[in-house]
Amino acid sequence: MSTEEYLKDITEIKDMMSKSSRFFSLSGLSGIMAGIYALIGAAVAYYLVSISGRDYLILDGKIFRYILLDLVAVALLSIITAIILSTRKAKKNNETLWTGTSRRLLIAFLIPLITGGMYIMIKIVSNHYGLTGSLMLIFYGLALVNASKYTIGNVKYLGYIEIVLGLICAVFPGYGFWFWVLGFGVMHIVYGSLIYFKHDR
Amino acid sequence: MKNIIGNINKAFDHRIRLGIMSILMVNEFADFKMLKELLGATDGNLASHTKALEKEEYIIVEKSFIGRKPNTRYRTTKKGREAFKKHVEAIEKLLKQ
Repeated sequence: MSTEEYLKDITEIKDMMSKSSRFFSLSGLSGIMAGIYALIGAAVAYYLVSISGRDYLILDGKIFRYILLDLVAVALLSIITAIILSTRKAKKNNETLWTGTSRRLLIAFLIPLITGGMYIMIKIVSNHYGLTGSLMLIFYGLALVNASKYTIGNVKYLGYIEIVLGLICAVFPGYGFWFWVLGFGVMHIVYGSLIYFKHDR
Repeated sequence: MKNIIGNINKAFDHRIRLGIMSILMVNEFADFKMLKELLGATDGNLASHTKALEKEEYIIVEKSFIGRKPNTRYRTTKKGREAFKKHVEAIEKLLKQ
């Protein structure tokens, strides 16, 4: 066999190893959209708190319920957008969306995320909601790092950044809102764009 | 030089067989459908190549049922993993020359 054929073999080996163990159709555009939803959601929350006449939140107020609703809306919209855009990208790449790899990706992502979500809920119910922003960032970051081995490797660095932001946020709990805007809004747009320009087109 | 050529494994001298081994090196197991989709092979073609690797004892086949549907999945043997590693190392050495 010639050198060229051996090179082709090596390329084929690498290609099959990554294709069979990583889900590449994660849409960058959906990351950008999630960032935009987060920024809009944050603006809505900011407005709600500002018209309440206080500059802090109390748990049993109407405003708090609206803000929870706002958060749920941001999360739902982001998830739906991610599913629709990733399905589209998978079709374009001739990749199947629901495979062993994407299943593993989802499980790796959801375990830290659901753990964190439940922990935050338990804390809110017992009136400890001061660190909610920090905890959301940390558990989301851990979920990303855990899932990154099954998808585009860059996702890992977004995870590290979210964890660091969450830890800094724990030191300055009064600025939780702004760390949340930075972590879920700005960073999603930055990383979504990176993935979009590198892998989507 | 002669030694390196000796390590180039004839069993992996085909795109599909090379692909099957590559996939199984990084996954605990893979079923027939997954291999078919990834390699873009027909049923008959893939079956003959998995049989060839099975005969060399590089992979093992596990047949089971998921509900009522038969499911065939493959995994590498220790012998297969070692042979594949040697094969890749040999190719890399040849390319470096």
